[in-house]
Order: sequence, then structure tokens, then C-alpha cells
Amino acid sequence: MLEIENLVVSINGKTILKELSLSVGQGQIMTLFGPNGSGKTTLLKTIMGFPACKVVSGHMLFKGEDITSLGMDERGRRGIGLAFQTPPVVRGVKLKDVLSVTMGKRGVISEEKIVSDAQRLKLADFLCRDINHGFSGGEIKRSELLQLLAQNPDLLLFDEPDSGVDLENIKLIGDVINDLLGKGKVREKKKKSGLIITHAGYILEYVNPDKACIMIEGSIRCIGNPRDILKEIQQHGYEECVRCLSSK
Amino acid sequence: MSEFKIIREKAREAEKKPALFGPDIELAAYTSEAEDIGRVATLVELSPEMKKTASSAGIDPAEQDRSGSFFQVNNSVLFLSTFESGLEVMSITEALKKYNWLKDYWWRAVKVDADKYTAQAELNLHHGYFIRALPGAKVTMPVQACLFLNREMFSQNVHNIIMAEEGSELHIIAGCTTGKDVKSGIHVGISEFYIKKNAHISFSMIHNWAEEIAARPRTGAVIEEKGVYLSNYICMKPVKTLQMYPVARCIGRGAVARFNSILLAKEGSNMDVGSRVILSAPECRAEIVARTITTGGDIISRGHLVGEAPYIKAHLECRGLILKEKGRIYAIPELEGKLPNIDMSHEAAVGKIAEEEIQYLMSRGLTAEEATAAIVRGFLDIDIKGLPQQIKDEISKAIHMAEEGEHLF
Repeated sequence: MLEIENLVVSINGKTILKELSLSVGQGQIMTLFGPNGSGKTTLLKTIMGFPACKVVSGHMLFKGEDITSLGMDERGRRGIGLAFQTPPVVRGVKLKDVLSVTMGKRGVISEEKIVSDAQRLKLADFLCRDINHGFSGGEIKRSELLQLLAQNPDLLLFDEPDSGVDLENIKLIGDVINDLLGKGKVREKKKKSGLIITHAGYILEYVNPDKACIMIEGSIRCIGNPRDILKEIQQHGYEECVRCLSSK
Repeated sequence: MSEFKIIREKAREAEKKPALFGPDIELAAYTSEAEDIGRVATLVELSPEMKKTASSAGIDPAEQDRSGSFFQVNNSVLFLSTFESGLEVMSITEALKKYNWLKDYWWRAVKVDADKYTAQAELNLHHGYFIRALPGAKVTMPVQACLFLNREMFSQNVHNIIMAEEGSELHIIAGCTTGKDVKSGIHVGISEFYIKKNAHISFSMIHNWAEEIAARPRTGAVIEEKGVYLSNYICMKPVKTLQMYPVARCIGRGAVARFNSILLAKEGSNMDVGSRVILSAPECRAEIVARTITTGGDIISRGHLVGEAPYIKAHLECRGLILKEKGRIYAIPELEGKLPNIDMSHEAAVGKIAEEEIQYLMSRGLTAEEATAAIVRGFLDIDIKGLPQQIKDEISKAIHMAEEGEHLF
């Protein structure tokens, strides 16, 4: 699904991602851990195609196509979707309008689906509101998922979907992420892939990734079992990761 | 000396008086003379071109869903109609002859000697409309009024009085526009609104001028106890110079005034548009909302709220989008409070569309143009109560035309 080769990315002249390589297969879910400032959000934004994330060298292949120089709208239409950590408020633009346009870009607009998805995510009363305006932290996370449900991407990027969300809603968010990624289907039939950034790992109570990796200083340094890695981080923190990696 | 003579005298004294704002216009360059065109039996008889132009200013030649019409071309009242009881529509000159009491409202909400334009309207008057809802009449369908400028270098000078008697309701769509062959001209329009106790007026005005047209509307509104005055103003076509600063005076307890303005200034357009509300009775409320966009033109967006009675509440909002380098928006919001127990606020923001908002929508698959258009549409989508669908459609059309024809975004 996604192949990243030796990616070097800078923002405002400062190198953030350093020779990063990563592969996410079809139907695979990967969790991304790493200390603050390690480049996790930059990686997701680079995959999405944010112009501020300048690719200095390296390549990104999505479904075999080189997308390194594609605009972000083209990537969105090809099937890459991002749930933002802190999306902007867009005054005057209604949530339902974005859902309709987004759905139309990747299929046929179904008002019924929009309404039923919104009800499931407890956002039915938010459809006619300006997007993200006055939304709480949890409402923003649910609104991001609602938009991904409308977009129906094949590669889903989640930037801390569990931060600032109460426990009751984390289960809801986890369930929706599972649906988006096709949980329950046998691996071969899964078509969607996911890349999830999580700090606290709460979402892993509900979502079961296949792999986890740790990002340190702009590159992927350690890949392994998600629960083992989370346990290590919870017990010893990232300092231990740095120490372990530098001793290798 | 009769009251009319005194008024005329004052006008003569103000004949050379420049306006406080806006470029000074040499009125002698224009003519106030034009042949009388006569009348038509129905608006459908108008030429296809004229019907099309009037339609784009919110006027429906078929008069569907209208309670009455007034149509003036240059100095001639071409057509008048009323379909509802309790509603009067006539030319102002006819009304002044019919109602002796009308002199008590003549130049009472706007000063005749305010500037050379008010003086011009008095000294070279070409009709204008008188629209009145009788006491208790609920005229729910809008009355449409068109002022059509169809002669080159003509100065169209009109004086309108709009009156909602006690407990009545009146909705008006006013369209001001020019014929397709007219390039230069000036429109001087005096509008005086009188909203009596518990009465309600919504007035939606669309200005569709041409690149060399000057417009100097002069508007005043007097709102009595629990009366409501809603004014919507839309100007999205080019205009050489437009300057107006309507004033609403809330003089009765609990009176309400709301001004909504939407302006789009293309290169070469100069717009100086403001709204002022004077809240001089307890518990009055006012709101001024302006949305301005420049694609190269110059906009001064003024707003002034004056609170001089207790327990009033008023808010002023000027937001502007600069979509091209050459454009300028100068927002001047003013609050003037004269008592401690009042609640007045303002919000002003001018700038370009935030990149992160465009990118956010692009990440959902919208192109940069689609994302920008969605944000601009949203920016203009203010909650305008009483704005007819036809005018909303015209706003959408203006945005669409700007996108298509001029690569606005």
C-alpha cells in the first residue's frame, strides 16, 4: 500500500525526517510511537502532501504509484486520508457540506449515510455547524473520523485519535477506526491500511495493530510487537529506547 | 415661508457642499434631464434585455411571490402594482399630493442639507417610491422596487419613503441597476424609513452598477417602540464610486436595527460603505455585520454604534477578505457608549484566507479552487433573516461568475 524510501524532509529549512524508510502493506495496521518532536506528525503530513513539508530526497509510493510530487488534493482523491490532531476552524463552512463534497470525490453522495454516521458518532447536531467551531477536543476527534467515513480512503492516517478524549468516547472512536480499517475480515480480504500515532496508547485497548515502530529524531528506529513496545515505553520511557538503540 | 420652501432653501445652500466621505463628484458633469418614457401595462412587456438586467437585481418581471411592484427608469415611473390590501405603492410625487401629512416625514430621517447629493435630490427630484403598510397589515410577500438608470451621463435623483404603520409587517426587495449600454451616470437615492410601534420592515437592496457609475445613496431610519428594521445590502458588481452611510435611530423602547452588508470590490471599484445605529431608548438592540471582499478594489468598511440609553445591547462585526494583492480593505468600527449600563462590542478582522484552512479541505480531496470557493461562500453566508432566495441565488451567481470569468481565486 505504502512504500517510503530514504525520505528526507525539511520544514522551513530544518531537516525533520532523516533517511526514513517504512512499508505498510495492504490490510496492515501500524502504530507509530516516539517522543515529542521526533517527527511523527511531520511523517503523516508528508504522506498527505502538506506543502510545508519539503521532500529533499527519497520517494513515496502509494499502491505502486510515485506520489512524492502529487498535490494533497490528488492524494486525497487517490485514497489517502488524514484524521488531524488539531484541525483548523473553517468559519462559514458547514460540516455537512464538507462531508458531501468529500463523499462525492470518492463515490456517490448518500445523505442517509452522512446522517447515520453522524448519529453513530454523536454528531448529528453538528452537521449544520461551522466545521470545528466551538467543538470540544473529543468532538473534533469524532468529526475527523466522520470525515474519513465520508472520504472512505484506503490508507488511513490517524494523528493521536485518542488525545483529549474521555474513556467512553475512546471506545466509540476505537470501534469506528476498526470499522474503517475492516476489522474482523481475514487479512487477505482487508483492503485498508492504517498508520496510527498514539502517545498514551489508550486506543490500543480497542484497535489491534499488526506492528509498532518507534521514531526517534526523524527516523524509524525500532519495529516490533505493539503491546511489547508500549509496555517498554510505559515502564522505561523513550530514554531507554535511545540508550538501547545507541548501544546497538 | 412654507415648510417645503424652507427645505428648498436649505437644499440650495448645500448645493456645493461636499460629502463627509467618498470622492467628491462634479454633479454639473451629469444631466438631470430625460424624456418621459410613459408607462407599461405589465413588467413582462419590458424588453428582454431590461428584464434580464432587472432580474439580476432581484426584480421578478412576472411578479411571482410579490405583493406589489414599483419600476422607475431614469425619471419615469414605468409601472406600479399592489396585490394586497393594507399595502400602498405609489410614486413619491403622487403620495405627496395625496397625503398632506407626508410633509411631516419629508426629510426627517435624512437631512436635506447633509451634502450636495441630498441637495440635488431635493432640487432635481425624479420621483422615487412611497411604500406603506397600513396599521396591522401583515404584508408577508415582498414588494419589489426597481430603480433603473438607462441614459448615459444621467443623474437619477430619487427620494423614497417606506413606512410601516403600527403593528404592520413589510418586506421589500430593492434593485438598482443600469442598462447594458450605459457606462457612466450617477444615482442619488434618498430613502427614509419609518417603523412605527411593533412594526417590522425588512429591506433587501441589491446594487448592480457598471464600471463608471457613481452611487450616493442617503438613508435614514426611525424605529419606534419594539419596531424592527432589518437592512440587507449587497453590491458585488463593479462600481466606480459608491459611498453611503445609512443611519438608524432606535427611538422607542425595545426597538431593533440590524444592518447586513456584502461587498465585493473588483479592481477599479471604490466603495466606502458604513452603517450607523443610534440607540437612544432603553432596551434597544442593534447589530451591524459587514462581509467585504476585494479582488483589487478599495473598500472602506465603517460601522458606528452609539449607545445613549440604559440596557441597550449592540454588536458590530466587520470582516474582510483580501483575495488579490492590489486590493485594500480599511475597516473602521466605532463604539460610542454614553452610559455605564450598556453592552456594546465589536469584532473586526481583515486578511487573506488562511492557508491551513485551504489545505485542510484539500486533504479531503477538494482542489485549491474548490476549497477557496467553499471558504468564500461560507464567509458570505451570514445568517440574513428576510433575504429572499432570489438574492441568495444572485450572490452565488456573482461568486461563480467571478470564479469563472476572472479567475478570481
